[in-house]
Amino acid sequence: MMPEAGHYALVLALVLALVQAVVPIIGARRRDPALMNVAASTASAQFMFALISFGALTASHMVSDFSVANVFENSHSLKPMLYKITGVWGNHEGSMMLWVFILALFGALVAVFGGNLPATLRANVLAAQAWIAAAFYLFILTTSNPFLRIANPPVEGRDLNPVLQDIGLALHPPLLYLGYVGFSISFSFAVAALIEGRIDAAWARWVRPWTLVAWIFLTLGIAMGSYWAYYELGWGGWWFWDPVENASLMPWLSGTALLHSALVMEKRNALKIWTILLAILTFSLSLLGTFLVRSGVLTSVHAFATDPARGVFILAILIFFIGGGFALYAWRAGSLKQGGLFAPVSREGALVLNNLLLTTACATVFVGTLYPLALEALAADKISVGAPFFNLTFGPLFVPLLIAVPFGPLLAWKRGDLLGASQRLIAAGLLALAGVALVMAWSWGGPALAPFGVGLAIFVIVGAVSDLVERCGLIRKPALALKRARGLPASTWGTAFAHAGLGLTLLGIVCETTWSDERIATMRAGDQTMVGGYSVRLDGFAQRHGPNYREVTAQFAVARNGAAIGVMEPSKRNFVTRGSATTEAALMTRGFSQLYISLGDLSADGTIAVRLYHKPLVLLIWLGTVVMVFGGGLSLMDRRLRVGAPRPARSAKALQPAE
Amino acid sequence: MTRKQRRLVLIGSALAVLAVAVALVLNALRDSIVFFTTPTDVVEKSIQPGKRFRLGGLVQPGTLVKGGNLAVKFEITDGKSNVKVAYQGILPDLFREGQGVVSEGVLDAGGVFKADTVLAKHDENYMPKEVADALKKQGHWKDDYAAKPEAAGGAAAATSAQGGKP
Repeated sequence: MMPEAGHYALVLALVLALVQAVVPIIGARRRDPALMNVAASTASAQFMFALISFGALTASHMVSDFSVANVFENSHSLKPMLYKITGVWGNHEGSMMLWVFILALFGALVAVFGGNLPATLRANVLAAQAWIAAAFYLFILTTSNPFLRIANPPVEGRDLNPVLQDIGLALHPPLLYLGYVGFSISFSFAVAALIEGRIDAAWARWVRPWTLVAWIFLTLGIAMGSYWAYYELGWGGWWFWDPVENASLMPWLSGTALLHSALVMEKRNALKIWTILLAILTFSLSLLGTFLVRSGVLTSVHAFATDPARGVFILAILIFFIGGGFALYAWRAGSLKQGGLFAPVSREGALVLNNLLLTTACATVFVGTLYPLALEALAADKISVGAPFFNLTFGPLFVPLLIAVPFGPLLAWKRGDLLGASQRLIAAGLLALAGVALVMAWSWGGPALAPFGVGLAIFVIVGAVSDLVERCGLIRKPALALKRARGLPASTWGTAFAHAGLGLTLLGIVCETTWSDERIATMRAGDQTMVGGYSVRLDGFAQRHGPNYREVTAQFAVARNGAAIGVMEPSKRNFVTRGSATTEAALMTRGFSQLYISLGDLSADGTIAVRLYHKPLVLLIWLGTVVMVFGGGLSLMDRRLRVGAPRPARSAKALQPAE
Repeated sequence: MTRKQRRLVLIGSALAVLAVAVALVLNALRDSIVFFTTPTDVVEKSIQPGKRFRLGGLVQPGTLVKGGNLAVKFEITDGKSNVKVAYQGILPDLFREGQGVVSEGVLDAGGVFKADTVLAKHDENYMPKEVADALKKQGHWKDDYAAKPEAAGGAAAATSAQGGKP
């Protein structure tokens, strides 16, 4: 019964989406408030039905209803409850359900929180949103229905792919999708603006928070995925330039550019056409990401689905929305008025440079990801484009960007003073140079570029801090600094945190890739080996039973300078149902650095292959992204982003709502 | 500066960045891409020793020899030709005789493929996509090696191992 209810709810959601896609646009043309208001109610109702449908699928997974094909293929009655729930989106059909569910959620949020939008804009935005939703409902219902029943229900399911039975699956896909799908809002706003042929600073104020929310989730999603790959795949890498990772990086890069160009548009009413283009581009790249992962065109660790019919359908969606978006853009962009002059050296100029470098870097990733596919289709040559390509293209484009980052916030709008900004960055520059010299002296004869990487990271971090110091007047008028710091807009703090986070991530990346220590050894009980200044002794093995697997764990005693500091227990798990094995690495955190042990094969003679790493400052890579996200959150709090709702100044006594 | 000059500066810098990017991409494409090759290709088009490429096929059953210090030797076949592969390091979880594998490395002077990366990537047919395509071309698809494991389900998994730095 439940799956049928879910199926039916999905069909109803499709019907509502079709209504929402057509009626409000007619309403907006005729200036008919009744027709325009249909959008808000259908968006909420559509969300309700998407929720029911998604809930029905989740419930089928939770009660292990193996008469549903999707549950049978991806679940097992012995699987822990957490993985029964997360297993819902650990497969193609379920993940598409999550996708449309989040899409409907965002649509409903616009309907609820968009009360202060002009009526026609809201109607058009929600209609554009409904077009996307309708396409994906159709896709699910025709090619990937998760509610299909099996005539003779089996007693037991086939279990979920063991690699996915991890807390990472609970977090990574939802976060990533919240990011991908969140950019659909900026897309819909851009389409609505093009339909209306009108765009102003207020438009950017409405778009920026949505873009920021999507960016925050996408950043978290990518970071989470990276950390998951790091500890789950067992070879200590955190970024593989795998096509699927690139698919999420591309919308991030153009989304970051969008965030910054929307700023110019909001403050200075310039770069309008460019901002619209970026909004379309960002969501197009999100769709492309979905296509690359879901169609199975890539041989990649993530390509779960391999079904050409689906691929063709997603390709059609892709062509319709990307092609349609750009066609609308080409047709209507000319009607938007440009405004806001600025000198090349100015805040706007810096943000243009940021956009230029981010989009170009994004383009190189695009080439590296899709070139092999194009070549295979056209010339039948199979090639792989790996890390060396991206290091040679992406890297050199990011260096000038990172150098420019601290300068941006120090330049004034319209016409900036580069000399003045440089003077304020003297402290950061000197510290960076000191860092370079120190690292060079310490690692003499080592990698030549690493000290400069560390210096650049210091420059970015200290540069962000010195912007804050400058604005608070900490050095000029220390007595007033605290008061001024409180008075600074939240978005100023947000900028500083986000930029400092970028520096932290860079520091982590440079240190990890340069000074990581790796040992591969065959060990037997009692053997000892050294890695990164730690001595690691294999004490013995133990057998354990998990709910749906058996595992062999190895105990390693870790000591430094003769003093024992802990035990690490990596394991190898054998999943009974699928007959497949996973390697569970053991991690020991020391400050921001980590020791990492993963197991290879156990031989008959009692030796085991062991991979040990010491990864200095590796945690900074992810900590930096968390700081970036925190900065994004602070910017979101900025009351200037709340349009049309000016609030009275704080009175000292009254209670304030939490911000 | 006039409006026109400002626009020129903007367009000029955009073109400069683009030109740099194009140069970087072309340079990188020349040096850092790796071709996928089957054992038959290796035998027929003599590939120079020292040139990096990816070799894909099935691990010939009965050829896997484990030496000391994690050294392994095996042969990769596409049903027509075999190539000897030497690798040092930990093999991925899914590496098995008779199943698909992709390795990356260079040929040495003796015609042995020195792999520094071994990937046992597969879909539900336990076969890497490149290998499946190559085998189909050779007419050795499934019928000859139809050792499809039980209940592989709709999902695919992949693990990989790398010797040295990724």
